[in-house]
Amino acid sequence: MNDLQGAFVQAVGLVATADPAVAGIVLLSLRVSLAAVAVAALVGLPLGALLAVARFPGRRAVIVALNALMGLPPVVAGLLIYVLLSRSGPLGSLGLLFTPTAMVIAQALLIAPILAALSRQVLEAMWEEYAEQLRSFGAGPWRAVPTLLWDGRFALLTVLLAGFGRASAEVGAVMIVGGNIEGFTRLMTTAIALETSKGDLPLALALGLVLMAIVLGVNALAQGLRDAAQRSLG
Amino acid sequence: MRAPDAILPLRAEGLGFTANGVAILQDVTLALEAGPPTLVIGPNGAGKSVLLRLLHGLLPPSAGRVTWEGPARHPGRHQAMVFQRPVLLRRSVLANCRYPLALAGLPAAEQARRAAEALALVGLAALADRPARRLSGGEQQRLALARAAALRPEVLFLDEPCASLDPTATAAVEAIIATLAGRGCKIVMTTHDLAQARRLAGDIVFLHRGRLQAQASAARFFDHPPSAEAAAFLRGALLW
Amino acid sequence: MFRRLLLTAGLALGLALPALAQDRSITVASTTSTEQSGLFGHILPLFTRETGIAVRVVALGTGQALDVGRRGDADVVFVHDRMAELRFVQEGHGVRRQHVMFNDFVIVGPAADPAGIAGLRDTAAALTRLAQARAPFISRGDRSGTHAAELRLWRQAGVDPASGRGAWYREVGQGMGPALNTAAAQGGYILTDRATWLSFRNRQDLRILVEGDARLFNQYGVMLVNPERHAHVKRADGQRFIDWLVSPAGQAAIAGYKINGEPLFFPNAAQAEPGI
Repeated sequence: MNDLQGAFVQAVGLVATADPAVAGIVLLSLRVSLAAVAVAALVGLPLGALLAVARFPGRRAVIVALNALMGLPPVVAGLLIYVLLSRSGPLGSLGLLFTPTAMVIAQALLIAPILAALSRQVLEAMWEEYAEQLRSFGAGPWRAVPTLLWDGRFALLTVLLAGFGRASAEVGAVMIVGGNIEGFTRLMTTAIALETSKGDLPLALALGLVLMAIVLGVNALAQGLRDAAQRSLG
Repeated sequence: MRAPDAILPLRAEGLGFTANGVAILQDVTLALEAGPPTLVIGPNGAGKSVLLRLLHGLLPPSAGRVTWEGPARHPGRHQAMVFQRPVLLRRSVLANCRYPLALAGLPAAEQARRAAEALALVGLAALADRPARRLSGGEQQRLALARAAALRPEVLFLDEPCASLDPTATAAVEAIIATLAGRGCKIVMTTHDLAQARRLAGDIVFLHRGRLQAQASAARFFDHPPSAEAAAFLRGALLW
Repeated sequence: MFRRLLLTAGLALGLALPALAQDRSITVASTTSTEQSGLFGHILPLFTRETGIAVRVVALGTGQALDVGRRGDADVVFVHDRMAELRFVQEGHGVRRQHVMFNDFVIVGPAADPAGIAGLRDTAAALTRLAQARAPFISRGDRSGTHAAELRLWRQAGVDPASGRGAWYREVGQGMGPALNTAAAQGGYILTDRATWLSFRNRQDLRILVEGDARLFNQYGVMLVNPERHAHVKRADGQRFIDWLVSPAGQAAIAGYKINGEPLFFPNAAQAEPGI
């Protein structure tokens, strides 16, 4: 109880004083997770849309694989990226290990399957409605994909938020590929893990509260934008 | 006078469609010429909607074939279709109208010109910036018609376009259909509403149990029903 | 419309990708004890101010830190397991290992001390008593320097802790902090370096029970990752850091780091054969 109270007071203090170290960590966390969502969206959303409209042999297998990949353990994703980006790995010459870019890649790998699988579900329902009309217009699957992505933009925003949530809550993968370097690759989650190891549980909890507040804020902002846009665009 | 790239007459030869082992349409042979609207009528389950989809190219025939004058025509260039429940994109009224035009590769200026013209035709010009799916049922169907009309199709298929509309909206849609027909667009339309068929039809295609029972001018069909089934259908007897 | 979507995504990407800072920096693979004790937070700004070289520390167990060096993913390795470090250099992964500083390990445990080891100075006797009492003992179990030291102490005591696996001997496979958290929660005994202990906040009723045995000596060493093996290693800047650490300025900086007036590390770069 005492710890919780202390954590809350400390969290308020961290925000109120705009502690520069904490602010830097918050900013980096946001940038990394937003970049990961952007990268994953570029791959995941078109893939989800394509799976929603196209019928080809092996489609079920791809969907099952995607659903399974949604449960990819972050540590496994982190190790995979680590081995790829390590100087001794195939992409070592890029020198990306222990950089923010490496964390973006790891988070993107984790959430791309989520974005693809969820967007497929959302867009498949829409496709059921649109299919006949679009075929009547002479639109093949390749034209249908951008149409669905655009028309499903409000529903897809929720999908992106799910991805953002998972990315920003993730710790295992970014710890491995980022190295939790102070002032360079330290994120909210790895900072929380670090303070937990140092036994400073109130500070860890306080950082956790700040993280939750930020995720809440991003979600509220996106939801507000969505509602406003939906009111004006239908 | 035929346009050089005209696609009519449209011919169906021995057309059949089977779904899950059930024959929905069998051995339909007919020809559709340019001219006043052709109304496809018949009891529920006669295969009217399936016939339209086969002709439009949305369904592959299980038997027989559909041939257009000239080379094979992709749906969406010279023909268009409006469905019983309009499928409107989650965009503005104007954007809906422009969508198939962009798909057809028309330049932006031409898209804008045609879309504005089509919206004016159906009386929706003032609502161009509204979200399409917020329109009333009647407005939505008029937008679907405008969207199809903007393509300037030679043939326009209409599948029960008024089935879910109230009388006022129905009258508005019928007026638009008459205008399009008057401009030389061939209307091929299904309806279960005999009065509507009498109002619009130039000729009648009468289907019963998946077979073509009769194709005749409207005047002939209504005055001298060509078969016992047709006569019974016109009397309002239950046919199945 | 789709173009607009792409544009938005591109914009988000541009905004989100951190600017590629073209600053001078080296990556140092080190241990949790040096990082979490706050030592680096104290000395690195001094080095950076003097040289303009930023030091990026990846804090891991010694075993993992040496692996990072082996793979060429760091420029400098700064750890505390002398045998493993010498092997690292011998195998050609590192260049010339140098002493930097030392501190010592302590055995901490619950204040109630059910095994009755408090005040013993003989580590071997204390461990033997722990094994006989089958008192819960938390082991790092992560190939860290502390883990290596712990296994060495068990060997010297003639006890095979593996026999207590699944019962009183609990390997958590984690860093010093999480292991201490576990010990605090389970009322267990644990070997920890003094620096981490002093900066550890969640002690609950853990306290130091055994200290001062020469066998608890904990030496830290530093070495450059071999640029012959990994051409990208920042040889000059890495060597600059090592030279600074063992220089009077660096040694003074290390000696100057204290918690509650108590120094955490004792510089001994000059010593050829250190003892406590």
